[in-house]
This record gives sequence, structure tokens and C-alpha cells, in this order.
Amino acid sequence: MIEANDITVRFGTAEALRGINLTLSPGQRLGIVGESGSGKSMLGLSLMGMLPDAAGMSGQIRIDGTDMTGAKIASWRAIRARKVAMIFQEPLAALNPLRRVGNTVMEPLRQHLGHSKDAARARVLQLFEETGIQDPVAKFRQFPHELSGGQRQRVLISLALACNPKVLIADEPTTALDAHVALRITDLLVRLAEERGMALVFISHDLAAVARTAQDIAVMYGGEIVERGPVHAVLSSPHHPYTQGLLLARPALGAGHLRERLPVIPGTVPAMRDLAVGCRFSGRCAVELPHCATERPASRPVGAHHDAACHRIGAAT
Amino acid sequence: MSALLDIRGVTRRYPQPRRHLLHPEPPLVAVNDVSARIAPGETLGIVGESGSGKTTLARMVMGFETPDEGQVLFDGEDLHDLSAAALRQRRRAFQMIFQDPYGSLDPRRSVGWSVAQPLRAIGQTSNRRAVEDVLHRVGLDPADGNRFPHEFSGGQRQRIAIARAIASRPKLIVADEAVSALDVSVRAQILNLLMDLQEEFGLAMLFISHDLSVVASLCDSLLVLRGGRTVEHGPAQDILAAPATEYTATLLAAARLDPPTGVPA
Repeated sequence: MIEANDITVRFGTAEALRGINLTLSPGQRLGIVGESGSGKSMLGLSLMGMLPDAAGMSGQIRIDGTDMTGAKIASWRAIRARKVAMIFQEPLAALNPLRRVGNTVMEPLRQHLGHSKDAARARVLQLFEETGIQDPVAKFRQFPHELSGGQRQRVLISLALACNPKVLIADEPTTALDAHVALRITDLLVRLAEERGMALVFISHDLAAVARTAQDIAVMYGGEIVERGPVHAVLSSPHHPYTQGLLLARPALGAGHLRERLPVIPGTVPAMRDLAVGCRFSGRCAVELPHCATERPASRPVGAHHDAACHRIGAAT
Repeated sequence: MSALLDIRGVTRRYPQPRRHLLHPEPPLVAVNDVSARIAPGETLGIVGESGSGKTTLARMVMGFETPDEGQVLFDGEDLHDLSAAALRQRRRAFQMIFQDPYGSLDPRRSVGWSVAQPLRAIGQTSNRRAVEDVLHRVGLDPADGNRFPHEFSGGQRQRIAIARAIASRPKLIVADEAVSALDVSVRAQILNLLMDLQEEFGLAMLFISHDLSVVASLCDSLLVLRGGRTVEHGPAQDILAAPATEYTATLLAAARLDPPTGVPA
């Protein structure tokens, strides 16, 4: 469905993304986790052809058989909504506040698929039903501010699904939602991906939400994927020091950890232009080797479908 | 009376706009008969979704709002019986940290000025040393007092907010989603800092969060709110080990990395 090869995004001399490789098959659900500044949103945007003008991109992207490498805006427009669609963290900001939500969702159906008004309307009601919006007929006529956060996110998902995309990119779709609502939205995304055979890229800083939603997980740091593999494998036996640090820094839920200090990754994520040329994590890494800062580690297999990019892997420890 | 903070059956109602000319809308009960106590040095966690009344409760504890019913006793004194001037004096002993430090720090004032604000409020005007001490204590450079909020990262700004909160040597800190906006690795640093400060100064905390894993690491007791009412209240470890309601169980499931299969949808 999506094949991205060696994607690098530059702003001047700073690299926001470096050498990203991604493949997604139909129905596959990939979770992308990382902290602010890790490049996860930039990756989502690059798969939509929505990078800011100042960004320079290299590498190849194929989406559902179409080569989008160096594609112009017009060719991206031709595949957005129909092949790739995206949903965002804040549905209130993504929906036109002055339009009834039903009309908003009708728009791509009329524009891209050339549906008649009646056909589009019927399809919207179907979509609302599919995404679990209660009382679709009444909701059709409401404005975004009249809906709850969860309902708004469902409307946005309906909008994204309107033209039956092959790939859905969800950038922090549950971050602004309450726990109960967030659980239902992730369940919905899983169901939709399964039923429609749609590939899902689920971007989040919330490890728990990714673990619930995705089959595979890619951990990003400093614009690179540092570790990738099946969710269970990555979470139960992380190989990259950053993944390990990230998992340890999460407070444990079990008893007996009250006021137990958390193991901390020292320092903070450096600014894009201050990243090391070698391993991006060098400088904060507890098990750093002398050549880490200058030599870029290759991604190596550490288990079944499980890779990590660290000089320690394979080296004598 | 060993409680530092004693919340006694507080209720807070907000009038709602009329939808019909002839029928007044019933008031929204944001907090409904909630009681809780915090002993010195202890932490009470308040969890619940948006609209559950967490923040309203915190605002009543801080004296920003007055309960319609019930009392908030701090060190045995009813906060809402005090005059405004007396409340200002008492407030040195209880301070607040907010979710968004960028929103709670004046962008046009130096960090040092903001951190010294609670000291000025109680009449301490020569406070340069105190500000430097407290900035150092939260892991910042004492010279950072001359810089401005926009020069700092999110985690550092939250350190500044914590420095301001502890500047007047309070006995209680009310933290409203204080670590929710932070990345995992930074959040761990801030949680550790709060634990250190708590032990060093014997601070009690009222810690509001929607993330049960954070609450589990910090809180002795737990109050789960829903729609303004108490859903569960008791020792944190007991509630986390065996939540009595599905509501709490779902909050717990959301914080888990490996959700047990069959999570309530």
C-alpha cells in the first residue's frame, strides 16, 4: 500500500527526517511513537505530500502503486482522500466551524467522487453509522461546536474515510480525548482497518494507545526510526537504549512503587540542527561507544521482524 | 485533627443559561458533596475525566472559588470564612502548579520576577537570594532568573512553575495536570523532582491527573470523580489493585501497556 524508501526531509542544513523506510500492506496497522521533536508528525505529513514549503525532501514514496516521488501538488491532490487520508489531534480545528458537519463530510464525495447531492447525503449517513455516531440524521445538521470531542473525532474519521482511502494516517487522534472516549476511538480505528483492509499509520506519543491499536511499532528519535517490530516484541524486549529508557521512564502501575524514583533519560531532545551526525541518541545514551557520535548505526535484525539501529547490537558487549 | 487539608462535603453549583423563557435551567452541579483529607507530607490523587469536577475541586481548595455547601479546612481553619487579606497571607502555605506553564508564567516578565511573586504577595520584597535558591533547587541555573519564559523548553518551564510554587515554603501543593503536557522522558524527570521536594520539605500534595500510572507512582490515597461525585475513595494501592467500578477499571486500562483482552468498550 505504502512504500517509502530512504525518506529524508531537510530544512536548510537541519534534517527533520533521515533515511526513513516504511512498508505497509493492506490492513496493516503501524504505530509510530516518539516524543516531541522526534519527527513523527513530519513523517505523517510527508506521506500526505503536505510538508511545509521550506522543506526539501529526498527519497521515494509509492502509494498504492503510484510513484509519488517528487510529485507536484496536483498529483498529490489526485490521491489525497482517495488513497491516503489523514486525521488530526484536534478535530475542532480541522472542521469548518461554520458548516454543518454533514455538509463538510459531503464535500469530498461531491468533489472527488462526483456524487449527486442525494447520493452523497446517503453515503454520509452510512459513514456516520459506520464510525459509531449515534443518531446520524440529527448529527448531520449540527455544527462542530455542538458535538463532544469524541463525536467530533468520529466526524473527522468519517470525513477521512469518505473516499475509501487505502491508507489512513492518524496523527495523535486520541491525545485530546478522555480515557474512555480514547479507548473507543482506538477500537474503532482497529475495526475499520480490519473491515476495510485499510492500512493504518497511528502516530502517538502515548505508548499505551499505540500498544492497543497497532500490530507493529516504530520508535522514532531525532528524525529516525531507531527500533521497529511487532508491538509485543518491542515492548517486552526493547533493544535500542532509547526505547529501553522510554519504557523504564513510565511509572509502573503495580503495587509497591510509591515514590520510587523513575529511571530518567538524561537531558532533553536536542534541537534539530544540534543532532549528532552519527547515532541521533548519542549524548544522552548511557551505553554510548566512542564512535556513536560520528558513525551512523545501521538497522540490524534483533528478532523476528524486529530491528534496531544501535552500534551495540551485534558488537561484543 | 491530624489532617492538613480537610475537605468536608463540598458542593459547587454553576447557574446555567435559560433555554426556555419560562423555565429556569437547573444549575450544573460541578462538585457534589465531596469529602477528602490530606495529612502533612501525603499525596492525594484526584482522577476523573474532563467535566468530572477535578479542577473545580482544586480551585475551591485554593480559595479561588467558594463552595455553595461544605467547608475546606486548612490547618483547621475554614478558608472560605477568611477575609481576602487573611486568605492572601495563608496562601503562602498552599500553592498551585498548572498544566500549561506557558500560560501561567507572564511572558513579559523575567522568570525571577514570576518566581518571586508569591514572596511579594506576603510582603517579602528583598528576595533575590531566595529566588536563586529555589531555581537551583528545581535543577535550573540560578542565573536563569534573568531570562524569559519563551527561552525555556516545556520541561524547564514546568520546573520554573514548581520553583514559584515552592518559593514561599508551602505545606501543600495543588498540581492540576502538572505533568500531562510533558513528554515521557521529561515527565519522569519532573515526577522525580516532585518526589524529592516532597521528601525534603514534607510537602503534602493534591495531585490531579487523568493518567493512573502517574498517580500510582505518587499518591498515597486516591479520589475518583465522575460527574462531580465521588466514585471511589481510599488508599491508592487498594483501588489500583482492585478497582470497584468499571469507570476506574477503564481509566486503568487506558494507562496499561498490555491491556488484558476484553477491555470494556
